[in-house]
Amino acid sequence: MSDAPTVTRPAPAEIAPPLALLAELTHRCPLRCPYCSNPLELDRASRELSTEEWKRVFSEAAALGVLQVHFSGGEPTARRDIVELVAHAAKVGLYTNLITSGVLLDKNNMAALTAAGLDHVQLSFQDTDAANADRIAGLDKAHWKKLAAAKLIRDAGLPLTLNAVMHRQNLDRLPEMIELAVALGAQRLEVAHVQYYGWALPNRRALFPTYEALERATEIVEAARARLKGVLTIDYVVPDYYARRPKACMGGWARQFINISPAGKALPCHAAETLPGFDWPSIKTTSLRDVWYGSEAFNRYRGTAWMPEPCRSCDRREIDWGGCRCQAFEFTGDASRTDPACALAPDRPILDAARADALGPATEFVYRQIGGAPAR
Amino acid sequence: MAEARRLIVEGATVLRIPPHVKFRYDETRRRWVVLAPERLLLPDDLSVEILQLVDGKHSLDDIVDALMAKFSAQREEILTDVRALLQDLADKGTLTA
Ligand code: SF4
Ligand code: SF4
Repeated sequence: MSDAPTVTRPAPAEIAPPLALLAELTHRCPLRCPYCSNPLELDRASRELSTEEWKRVFSEAAALGVLQVHFSGGEPTARRDIVELVAHAAKVGLYTNLITSGVLLDKNNMAALTAAGLDHVQLSFQDTDAANADRIAGLDKAHWKKLAAAKLIRDAGLPLTLNAVMHRQNLDRLPEMIELAVALGAQRLEVAHVQYYGWALPNRRALFPTYEALERATEIVEAARARLKGVLTIDYVVPDYYARRPKACMGGWARQFINISPAGKALPCHAAETLPGFDWPSIKTTSLRDVWYGSEAFNRYRGTAWMPEPCRSCDRREIDWGGCRCQAFEFTGDASRTDPACALAPDRPILDAARADALGPATEFVYRQIGGAPAR
Repeated sequence: MAEARRLIVEGATVLRIPPHVKFRYDETRRRWVVLAPERLLLPDDLSVEILQLVDGKHSLDDIVDALMAKFSAQREEILTDVRALLQDLADKGTLTA
């Protein structure tokens, strides 16, 4: 076992322990969704952490106060050791959630995962129309496999959340998506409009909905919430490009989450690797405790002391924490600016221009692939 | 498939914590936590007392009676609060019948 040097520091009283660990086990995925939130530079399989390294991360996480681990990717079940990793995380007391496309699930690995102590599965759907779903996923028969996976999950007695990423090319079928969630016995449905990071950025014009379409979707969700109270919980995420106030990205920088990339970099969110000028700690050489309490990267935008105006004197500064650092960087070239998703941000005109551009003539999908997006 | 229906919490309703929901003491934070699908709750002291009685045996009425012995409040008042809490948790699937 490759033991990282452990410098044990006492936890500074003002920093709360992390709540959850996002374990991006791999960037490999049989699907090629054009809105994938993975970075354009995908980690290759040869750089992935070993089984022992992941197990050590889970043990350290539990000792640090982490309560939940989300196994994600890429497709986490593409790792051959997925069952062993779930079993270890459950053994050290973490609540285990598998975030999956479902296409690699079968009777055998489902039974093994259940026996390993898996607590919950979040299954993604691209559409309710099979042909269109497969086209969006970039994989034949993906939709059919997902339907089968949902049944396997429910038959195993596990609670199911459906994750539906919605955009211009499937938003018309939102009512059918809600019906599908109920029919499959899901307890929760996440209706998430695409956010424009990662692969979604070069696909903006292929994906971005009109304001009218967004409003209609919001009405549909609200009506369904009332009608399905106690049957299906619906979480709803609207696109930042139409927002007046930003989201509290990750509940605030380094306040709740630690994200570990496939190659072992510790990040405050899965998109943070795109920010330049950071020395991201590697869990190969740094203990999770030192990552959380001691690293410059995690402390840089933690709390409110780093904030510029108008955030610094805004009464929402401890509600949304100034929005998303990655979006601020993407739009302004400076990660420490107020997120332009906020209508009060001095850089708001940049977001308005991006919205206008996104509403331009639709383009073809750029599918996710190892090796980055082709130049256009 | 049977039509899924909302569970309405009444006096005789007996609730339990389903196997995929974990209600446990967290040593790091020195408080009770509820871990559920995509949810994490940090219940206050009163909610902890109530949840400890949600065991698949006590009905809502039993729980209210038990709390009556501890708190000096009107039965009606306690019932309203406890029912609201349990109904909300049942609506989100955190508790089941
Ligand atoms: S968004 Fe699509 S391509 Fe990206 S990891 Fe998930 S299933 Fe795979
Ligand atoms: S000014 Fe800053 S803190 Fe205030 S709402 Fe906008 S992003 Fe949030």
